[in-house]
Amino acid sequence: MKQHNHTVIELIVNNHPGVMSHITGLFSRRGYNLEGILCGALGEGSTSVMYLLVSLNEQYMQIISQLEKLHDVIELKERSEYDHSVFYKIDSLFAE
Amino acid sequence: MKHTGAEIIIRMLEKKGIRIISGIPGSANLPLYKVLHDSNIKHVLARQEQGAGFIAQGMARSTGKAAVCFATSGPGVTNLLTAIADAKIDSVPVVAFTGQVATNMIGTDAFQEIDTYGLTIPITKHNFLARSAAELLEIIPEAFRIAESGRPGPVVIDVPRDVQLQEHTFDEWPCFHEKHNPAAIEKNNPDTLAITINSARRPIILFGGGIIESASEGLLRQLAEKSNIPAASTLRGLGAFAPSHPLYLGMIGMHGTKYANRLIEQADLVIALGFRFGDRATGKLSEFCKNATIIQVDIDKAEIGKIKPAHQHMTADLYIFLESILPLIEENKRTEWIHQVNFTRQQLPYVKAPVNGDVFHPLRIIDEVAAHVPSDTIISTDVGQHQMWVAMKYPFTMPRTFLTSAGLGTMGFGVPAAIGAALANPGRKVVCFSGDGSFLMNMQEMATIAEEQPNLAILLFNNGYLGLVRQQQELFYDGKFIASQFHAIPDFAMIAKGFGIKSFDMAKEENPLYVLSSALRLKEPVFINIPINYSENVYPMVPPGAANKAMIG
Ligand SMILES: Cc1ncc(C[n+]2csc(CCOP(=O)(O)OP(=O)(O)O)c2C)c(N)n1
Repeated sequence: MKQHNHTVIELIVNNHPGVMSHITGLFSRRGYNLEGILCGALGEGSTSVMYLLVSLNEQYMQIISQLEKLHDVIELKERSEYDHSVFYKIDSLFAE
Repeated sequence: MKHTGAEIIIRMLEKKGIRIISGIPGSANLPLYKVLHDSNIKHVLARQEQGAGFIAQGMARSTGKAAVCFATSGPGVTNLLTAIADAKIDSVPVVAFTGQVATNMIGTDAFQEIDTYGLTIPITKHNFLARSAAELLEIIPEAFRIAESGRPGPVVIDVPRDVQLQEHTFDEWPCFHEKHNPAAIEKNNPDTLAITINSARRPIILFGGGIIESASEGLLRQLAEKSNIPAASTLRGLGAFAPSHPLYLGMIGMHGTKYANRLIEQADLVIALGFRFGDRATGKLSEFCKNATIIQVDIDKAEIGKIKPAHQHMTADLYIFLESILPLIEENKRTEWIHQVNFTRQQLPYVKAPVNGDVFHPLRIIDEVAAHVPSDTIISTDVGQHQMWVAMKYPFTMPRTFLTSAGLGTMGFGVPAAIGAALANPGRKVVCFSGDGSFLMNMQEMATIAEEQPNLAILLFNNGYLGLVRQQQELFYDGKFIASQFHAIPDFAMIAKGFGIKSFDMAKEENPLYVLSSALRLKEPVFINIPINYSENVYPMVPPGAANKAMIG
């Protein structure tokens, strides 16, 4: 399933307790929509990967620039080719 | 070698060349103060943490270098927040070290515990919670790099008490990174921008604080002169262009000059340099320079097109940008456009102080002050009518001589910022223009002044009102005056005297202007109360929400 009005931003971030607040705080503070968020630690755990599902609207370029500015964001990739359905099927992770 | 976290902090600050720290101690940062006791860094005891934050801002804004303040946990931090938020929106490099409860107490609602990290995320460029003394060796150089590089901004380092006391063994002190700013990093190269500028018929330069941050006022003037491009400033850009220069249009926006606001609508090209399209400068956005091509250059990529799409843009340090574009700019007389500029300027003359009549007219007082202090005098203001009058009238000729809370508009900024500026620039005069409302918001710092004896004059424009609020109520709220008049008016000159500061009350002087000029010549703290006619309004102005061309008054 691919939704054309949405896209996924992949972030590699420093993994520490405050990093999630930095990312989500940016969205709430600037009034950006955040439709979904998935994240997990990478390798040894000093970095994490985050996938943000966002709408493709006029704010999109601003969101990218503001995220790139965050000190804890090491790398940012735009992942338009992703299958976004995982964000809507998280329930299935818990199925027997 | 072996050092505690507190020792690491103080030694690193010494290595960084920090000479003055403002702050207030409390139980969560006392280990830091114990080490500071034996350091040659001077500590300035503020009387409220907001004062400490603005003292640091005064040092940072006047020198361009990061300044440091200390606060304890809990209320120390919450008091500091306003000054940090103010530094964020005006891009001021302040590094604040805050005490925190011990690591094992965090999250337990301990005495004076507050989530400093969470509270400061939205109001800092970056923040850190130090979890060990070892980490401080990385955090501190990184904090200064972040504060001073690119678009400057405040950084908070929260240091739990046990981390201050923890011992750490290490071989070598880390180095501070050199301030490093990105060069032109965008696809758009200066060539294409130069072509646009060369082929424009009616270009205008609009510059903001970025010109001052990048120390490129000289290059800016060269660009303007080479191609005969008139230039207008924002509130944060004042001081970067000599007011007497024939190409200078003054300030744009709500309290700008009528001709700048008019000419910008006639321009076919707007060259925005370190200007963030703030709403007080643009007025109604859909009307703002709507006939012009926009070139935007900013060091902060996120500013490009944030408010208004730019046709051509570049993310760059303005100094590097201007250096690279200048050789590509053709000399151009622009006779027709310059004629139109001069004609508009004559048609819409700018405000003048009345020649006769009211001695205490604010514009007249500002002229008087400018005539009696050296040109490198640093001026701070509070927020309100007096601030706008100073911005409009004071002839700022040097960068970093005008300290004002532009983006946040924080009443209470003026006095502590002036203290910081005076301490960081010994030998220079500092004058603070304040209002009776704003002055009361950080008046406790008069005690700091009495202690430090800076060469600082505070001029209180005393109108018995929250003047700018009264003006808005008069003009836009049907004259329904509420909560803008002070019915109890303190004797400010007596209060200043009570603090131990030499004071004058111009209401009681036979020859007030003479008293003013001689008071300004004193090299010690002075406080001067100046009665201002309460019904005076700041004109011209753009009504809130209106287009800039709709200026009234
Ligand atoms: C901390 C803070 N609270 C409220 C305001 C809103 N405000 C803006 S100007 C103003 C009046 C300022 O009065 P005063 O300092 O006496 O200056 P005047 O306008 O009379 O020159 C007020 C209340 C503000 N800018 N800052």
